Amino acid sequence: MSAKSVGVTGTRKGTTEAGAALAVRALVKTFDISAPFLNRLIERKPRRYLRAVDEISFDVPKGGCLSLVGESGCGKSTVARLVVGLYSPTSGEIAFSNSGGEQGLTTMVFQDPYSSLNPRWRVFDIVAEPIRELKLRSTENEVRARVEELLQTVGLSPRDGRKYPHEFSGGQRQRISIARALATEPAFLVCDEPTSALDVSVQAQILNLMRDLQDRLGLTYLFISHDMSVVRHMSDRIAVMYLGRIVEEAPSETLFEEPLHPYTRLLLDTIPALDAPNRDREITAGEVPSPIDPPSGCAFHPRCPLANQRCKSERPAVLLRDGDHQIACHAVEEGRYAPAGMT
Amino acid sequence: MLMQAHATTTGHSGAAIAHPVLEVRNLRVVFPTRHGVLNAVSDVSLTINKGEILGLVGESGAGKSMTGMATLGLLEPPGRIAEGEILLDGRRIDNLPEREMAKIRGRRIGAIFQDPLTSLHPLFTVGAQLVETIRLHLHLSRSQARRRAIDLLKEVGIPAASDRIDDYPHQFSGGMRQRVVIALALAAEPELIIADEPTTALDVSIQAQITALLRRICRERAAAVMLVTHDMGVIAETADRVAVLYAGRIVEVGHVDAVIHAPKHPYAKGLMDSIPPLEGRVARLAQIDGSMPRPDSIPEGCAFHSRCTLAGPHCRIAVPGLVETEGSRTACWLYSGGVEA
Repeated sequence: MSAKSVGVTGTRKGTTEAGAALAVRALVKTFDISAPFLNRLIERKPRRYLRAVDEISFDVPKGGCLSLVGESGCGKSTVARLVVGLYSPTSGEIAFSNSGGEQGLTTMVFQDPYSSLNPRWRVFDIVAEPIRELKLRSTENEVRARVEELLQTVGLSPRDGRKYPHEFSGGQRQRISIARALATEPAFLVCDEPTSALDVSVQAQILNLMRDLQDRLGLTYLFISHDMSVVRHMSDRIAVMYLGRIVEEAPSETLFEEPLHPYTRLLLDTIPALDAPNRDREITAGEVPSPIDPPSGCAFHPRCPLANQRCKSERPAVLLRDGDHQIACHAVEEGRYAPAGMT
Repeated sequence: MLMQAHATTTGHSGAAIAHPVLEVRNLRVVFPTRHGVLNAVSDVSLTINKGEILGLVGESGAGKSMTGMATLGLLEPPGRIAEGEILLDGRRIDNLPEREMAKIRGRRIGAIFQDPLTSLHPLFTVGAQLVETIRLHLHLSRSQARRRAIDLLKEVGIPAASDRIDDYPHQFSGGMRQRVVIALALAAEPELIIADEPTTALDVSIQAQITALLRRICRERAAAVMLVTHDMGVIAETADRVAVLYAGRIVEVGHVDAVIHAPKHPYAKGLMDSIPPLEGRVARLAQIDGSMPRPDSIPEGCAFHSRCTLAGPHCRIAVPGLVETEGSRTACWLYSGGVEA
């Protein structure tokens, strides 16, 4: 076993300097979920905190796509919001490479194209708002030209600018969201479940558009999804999150071909297989525990078939295998796992 | 009563004429609006046999949920059944008065909806809700009903069922809540279960548990299940037969292997191709341009013709009927000789 331990809080080789558009180090976000002050006083309740993101580190290579996957409550959307600055981190670092510039470096495409567009604004104004706000164009004519160009970029017609969001279908609205996100000429786009509100045939249109844009504009994506097949299609690297921590991170080929962490295997195993109709499979029992009171040691140990005493008490460190495969698991470290057919 | 139910079902299977559990004939569901009558479901016919899971798959607005709701007699006014018949065990149920239908619903047709939190009453314990449902349909004493409720919770895989029966819905996790909803649907041993997007609100690992549970119940109880979903993966894994809906019509129906692996209808084909493959990265996904027409603007002829790359002049004029194709029945002029190359 050629694994060497890398401290989570320590520095890693080859950080922000070359190749990475975004470097995240030991990022932590805790939310205060205490009862109101008076209740604490009267009922003597302590302050309570939820660690939504718990010391995670990753790099997103320039022009690439890193996906964060995991089930609801694993903290993947919190990471997205931290990266675009909608939340401020409790501790840790988020560093962008300094090529792009200052303003509008990152923008976000949200999940729900119905609630993320102002229903009272015309599409033109929705797309023009960031341009006007950041004064990226000096005259209104230039703004108009830019908005029309953006609408064409995402496959809409310039005339669509005069319409309101309700006149569009879900897929077209998501195109508007993408146009708005591109308005500031970002180098980095955070996409939080951009297709999960869409139907499959429309999802394919949007995924194709996003890949085209990546090639044409050299965008870097941080992609958040729970859909493994979408993630596989979009990403160069995949990070699997469980209860606020990254449990495994690897190039997507490696992750799908040789998943190491028991949780990754569980996730891959639960994807309904189109090519094996009606297969009977063993269903792993259990659900994600509450992040308010996560299990001790490795957070996955109550559901893990390989868990032992050490997993219950000691949090696994992040190991680096084969150069670019990060994994946090005692069983893998100790070689207590069967590479195939473990499920 | 319970015994009777068993007796009648066994009686039926032994009888000379074996009815399918559910038979829908030429169903048309309309919504009259200020701007004219909208067809939500047009000319849908399907059957489900005992112990069989029929998947209804399609994108939003395809009419799959409406078909399920029509079967349950739960169409929201002004929506109504304009044409067609719905037969449960050979007897028409679509024309029954609401009082009669209320007896069938829950008793003979169970329903599982997408969101388990809204299907359960937040102010009553799950036990109280189960006992109420059981006693409404079966003549059991309170303590018998409670024992049955515990058995049901055990059957759907809730650990420590006898302790958890007195918990409120909010004390259960999403997956466990959906199990409670399934237990409620099973309470009166229905012949037919209509599951409308039962896994959509759940995480993937829980989704797999719920589909496995549905299949087990279908097998063990020999119930007929109508599984309404937009997720091809869930269908592939759970259903025995599949009907693909587009703009209110069935475009292809057949055995799950045939429809998933060798779809005949261009729409079904496009739908399958647009799912990102797990085996490896492709440069581009096959996409169907455009989106499904809204019910107020369904085009003449085949509703899919404006998005179809193979459409010929005939497709714009006449609606194709279902014809036998290899392993399935397909409604496309390609197979009924209407498209000349």
